Amino acid sequence: MDAIIEVDHLTKRFGGNPPAVDDVTFSVAKGSVFAFLGPNGAGKSTTIKMLTTLLRPTAGTIRVAGHDPAVDPDAVRHAFGIVFQDPSLDDDLTALENLEFHGILYGVPKETRRARILELLTLVDLMERKTDFVRNFSGGMKRRLEIARGLLHHPQIIFLDEPTLGLDPQTRNHLWGYVQRLNRDEGITVFFTTHYMEEADSIAQRIAIIDHGRIIAEGSGDALKAKTKTASLEEAFLALTGSAIREEAGSATDRMRQARQIWGGRRR
Amino acid sequence: MDLNGVYVMWLREVKRFFRSKSRIVGSLGQPLLFLVALGYGLGPVFQKAGQGDYLAFIAPGIIGMSIIFTSIFNGMQVIWDRQFGFLKETLVAPVSRLSIMFGRTLGGATVAALQGTIVLALTIVVGFRPASLTGILPALVLMLLIALLFSALGMVVASLLRDMQGFQLIMNFLVMPLFFLSGALFPLDHVPEGLLLVARFDPLSYGVDALRIFLLGQGIFGIVPDVAVLVGAIAAFLVLGSYFFSKIEI
Repeated sequence: MDAIIEVDHLTKRFGGNPPAVDDVTFSVAKGSVFAFLGPNGAGKSTTIKMLTTLLRPTAGTIRVAGHDPAVDPDAVRHAFGIVFQDPSLDDDLTALENLEFHGILYGVPKETRRARILELLTLVDLMERKTDFVRNFSGGMKRRLEIARGLLHHPQIIFLDEPTLGLDPQTRNHLWGYVQRLNRDEGITVFFTTHYMEEADSIAQRIAIIDHGRIIAEGSGDALKAKTKTASLEEAFLALTGSAIREEAGSATDRMRQARQIWGGRRR
Repeated sequence: MDLNGVYVMWLREVKRFFRSKSRIVGSLGQPLLFLVALGYGLGPVFQKAGQGDYLAFIAPGIIGMSIIFTSIFNGMQVIWDRQFGFLKETLVAPVSRLSIMFGRTLGGATVAALQGTIVLALTIVVGFRPASLTGILPALVLMLLIALLFSALGMVVASLLRDMQGFQLIMNFLVMPLFFLSGALFPLDHVPEGLLLVARFDPLSYGVDALRIFLLGQGIFGIVPDVAVLVGAIAAFLVLGSYFFSKIEI
């Protein structure tokens, strides 16, 4: 199967700190569901930011949908939709306006825009709330609206950065339901990061385990379990990293997470 | 330049402005206070010194004040958007950073010019009478120029700041001096050389001067130099703003 994302020896450093992403190489097959599994501060968000043109790599090459984000950012931007880890909606606009603005920004023609918006609002169960201001939405509703927005321009890839963080179990289940349906029905490639092992195991066809900026293993959930001769992905992770996954509070910026790791005494 | 990007960012600012009635009303308090306290309070002294009607003199200055405050803070909206995430949405969109920056500047300027127009109406309510009705239209155009200038400056500053910590700094070391040293509140033709020199480096001086030319029929720099400085400064800040904006990394 063709690769839609190809990453080769990718490295990102912030100042004189140890690299946040350290010589990472992987590829994602078109139409697949791919998970980046690792603790907070492992380099997941930094990698996503480089793939989505928000950060420039220190070294290495990236190809997303056949384009290099450093050379042709707009071609890459047309190819993906993204749901960030922290909300990125305009609270002072309605759900509908947030979607309308996104559609105009991405050059979705007026005739198809309205129909697509209504279709997506139905998909994420926000049809009745479409004229409400986003500031009155719950965390789960915002996340759903962001997913709808990320899909509006018919992207080939959707990036989901810790999409279920801070959501209750029902909302989490619903959300994965939508995402799997999209992958199946629209053939959209899904790239998500998580630090929940059961999520990576049940949703993704391929999983890359990342820790301290390096990919330490890659394969299907079953392959990873077989490789480490363990029964669960959790045990596989322990066998590979020698430590349990670290759970920390979610929404500090990458740089802060990095600083915390350095002050906290980072193992090298 | 991508017109979709410019249009969306402009529309967003304007929509938010018309929606926040409390913001519109709230931002009229300060100009009203200045007009009443200074206009009526210092008026008799100004009159005694043979300088004429102080309320009429400061009215263009107060309009300039409301424009500079509104437009710089509209620029600072970028920092809010950075903190609350919306900035990321615009930075991954397939439109040039230049058009995002330009659209925001244009939107902020439109809002500030609208605010200035409301303050103009307010000055007339408290007793200011423009020298001629024909001066009002060019004065509105000038208000838009002043608003563009300081929206662009706001974008420059906001692109360089990461959070609201720098807000007080901007207020005390940029906005206040720009306003107080511009000749908005006092005539520049009798001040000490040093102060005049400082005022000559303050772009708001030229904006207020040009407003006085159209609204009062008096000014000290002349309309051509006034407009030339405003346009030159707008161009410079737009270039700087798009440079710094293009460098933003999240």
